[in-house]
Amino acid sequence: MVGYLVVLLVVLAAAAYWLGRTRAIASVNGDVARLHSLPGQHGMFLALFAAGPALLAIVLWSLVTPGIESSIIADRFASELSGMGVPQVEAFIRDARAMAFGGLVGFADPTKEAAAALYKSVHATSTWIIWTVALVLSASGFYWAYSRIAQAYRARHVVERVLRAFLIACSVVAILTTIGIVLSLIFESLRFFQQVPFYKFLFGTHWSPQSAFTGAGAEAGAVNEDIFGMVPLFAGTLLITFIAMLVAAPIGLMAAIYLSDYASKSVRAVAKPVLEILAGIPTVVYGFFAALTVAPYFRGIGESLGLNVASESALAAGVVMGIMIIPFVSSLSDDVINAVPQSLRDGSAGLGATKSETIRKVVLPAALPGIVSAILLAVSRAIGETMIVVMAAGLAANLTANPLEAVTTVTVQIVTLLVGDQEFDSAKTLAAFALGLVLFCITLTLNIVALRVVQKYREQYD
Amino acid sequence: MNIMTEAGVEQKLSSATNAPSIKMKGEKVSVHYGEKRALFDVDLDVREHQVTALIGPSGCGKSTFLRCLNRMNDTIDIARVSGKITLDGEDVYDPKIDVVELRARVGMVFQKPNPFPKSIYENVAYGPRIHGLARTKAELDGIVESSLKKAGLFNEVKDRLLESGTGLSGGQQQRLCIARAIAVSPEVILMDEPCSALDPIATARVEELIDELRQNYTIVIVTHSMQQAARVSQRTAMFHLGYLVEEGATDKMFTNPDDKRTQDYITGRFG
Repeated sequence: MVGYLVVLLVVLAAAAYWLGRTRAIASVNGDVARLHSLPGQHGMFLALFAAGPALLAIVLWSLVTPGIESSIIADRFASELSGMGVPQVEAFIRDARAMAFGGLVGFADPTKEAAAALYKSVHATSTWIIWTVALVLSASGFYWAYSRIAQAYRARHVVERVLRAFLIACSVVAILTTIGIVLSLIFESLRFFQQVPFYKFLFGTHWSPQSAFTGAGAEAGAVNEDIFGMVPLFAGTLLITFIAMLVAAPIGLMAAIYLSDYASKSVRAVAKPVLEILAGIPTVVYGFFAALTVAPYFRGIGESLGLNVASESALAAGVVMGIMIIPFVSSLSDDVINAVPQSLRDGSAGLGATKSETIRKVVLPAALPGIVSAILLAVSRAIGETMIVVMAAGLAANLTANPLEAVTTVTVQIVTLLVGDQEFDSAKTLAAFALGLVLFCITLTLNIVALRVVQKYREQYD
Repeated sequence: MNIMTEAGVEQKLSSATNAPSIKMKGEKVSVHYGEKRALFDVDLDVREHQVTALIGPSGCGKSTFLRCLNRMNDTIDIARVSGKITLDGEDVYDPKIDVVELRARVGMVFQKPNPFPKSIYENVAYGPRIHGLARTKAELDGIVESSLKKAGLFNEVKDRLLESGTGLSGGQQQRLCIARAIAVSPEVILMDEPCSALDPIATARVEELIDELRQNYTIVIVTHSMQQAARVSQRTAMFHLGYLVEEGATDKMFTNPDDKRTQDYITGRFG
């Protein structure tokens, strides 16, 4: 029903645009040059005021009504609900809502049916209210704006201001979302640290949260603090990232050098997009490539050499992750290598340096800050990568530096902690938030360092 | 065009003044950039221990000719050079010639100062290092110091040799680039409008330097400034639309040119 209202408002806006335009032109008898603002801007001005406030009201309404409606129900059925705990009350309201508007109902009873009926009538009232409010707003907005349109009216400025406000609102949404996510990470982590001491989490070397509740009898439900040590996860992440960078940094950098300094234009036109396609392959595809092709291959090689390679090895996951990251390194490095002025290359060549000497001794040192930041960005990408390691690296939290063994990473453990039915306030589930927070801090630091390096680098040539 | 007779006159003039020997010789040098022809059968000699100025309006081929002398055009994919250029009688485009060695003998200074983003010391030591000219650190230090001295920069930078070369002023940077070119002991130094990015004082300093360098090196300089050509060069070659219009002793070129285009250009009537 409110959907129709929105459609109606959009139609009204279109009509208002046309009306505003027409009125603006009529106000100067067709001599458009005498208008302060273009006719289209007058139209836009009228459309904004006819539909804008009403649409805003609808957005506000859809944000607050569910809460108001629920509280009305809860209030009306206070006596029936008095004996229930919070989850049961929530379930009751959910069911009533489902019965009123269609949906999956847990199990029906007369009280709920009564609640559903009330729900329906309350919702009908609130819908009626929003229709009225929206139409009144629209009409008064239209009337006010329509009376303003005149030859000297500065519709252009009003439109510009409204547009600016709209753009600000969009960026505020993005920023608020980020802040919200970070805050939820922090608060859930704080709850976790109430159960498990901070230092035991950060410096503990034993990780097996699946066996968190070992107590029985009087100790039932007690949290074993010693099994939440994140060091093995962190070590596993570092090991896999290190292997990935061993693959990605040299290959990506060499590819970038070839593309920027050696490849002819036609080769570059083909090779660069093809290389960047690597970045477009879904990581889950890399994941099964790692698990089904690369890991058994390494295992086979290991066996023929007499080595014992785990079927889920850090090596396989790291190598495949490295391949995934190559385009990041190569594309970013290619940009910074290209940004080194041709005059430096000429200067070096003019002194009798060969192409490779020029690249090694002049171009790369000049591009080094940019290359470092490219690699740091790639590292933070590797640290946050999940799918490949879930599929190829295994779940065992071994604290080892041997790349042939199975290790696990922070991201993989977050996945396993949150998959399946969980109690939301158990230490085990909350541990995922603490891990997420640590991960967030690490990648944030890396990104900040990388951006700083880039900024410093930019100062040199711009 | 009367290049033949002009060359004949030149021959007489130069033999009369006990002319220095010819260091580099271009015969029928032509350059194509893809389909476009940039240089048409240029015959031009560069004499030892003299400054040869190449002048002419923009796009006339003077820089192109300069870049042929040490094969810098090789770095441009679409450039094709024909004709013959010799250095001490050796064809520089002979496949047997090592272009690295050629550029060590024929150094280059560019229009815009382009010091490497390294220390002043490393900038000058760059050439000697890649050519293996110094066996010990002390020897390298010696080369750096003498090059900076020859470029007239040593006193200004001797206390900050380890600071970045990009931190110097424009004129100092250009003299650093000249020091860098000198450090590999070239026989010829090519300069492509070396003062166009400098202020008058720095320009005067570099011009003085060019005059001093003439004692030890052969210099070819491209310039847009008539006064500069007149001040620093002994011989001048005038290019126009890819052709060599006229070539001769600078005094004569500026007082009594044979070709009307030269006269018009020098007096500022076109270009």
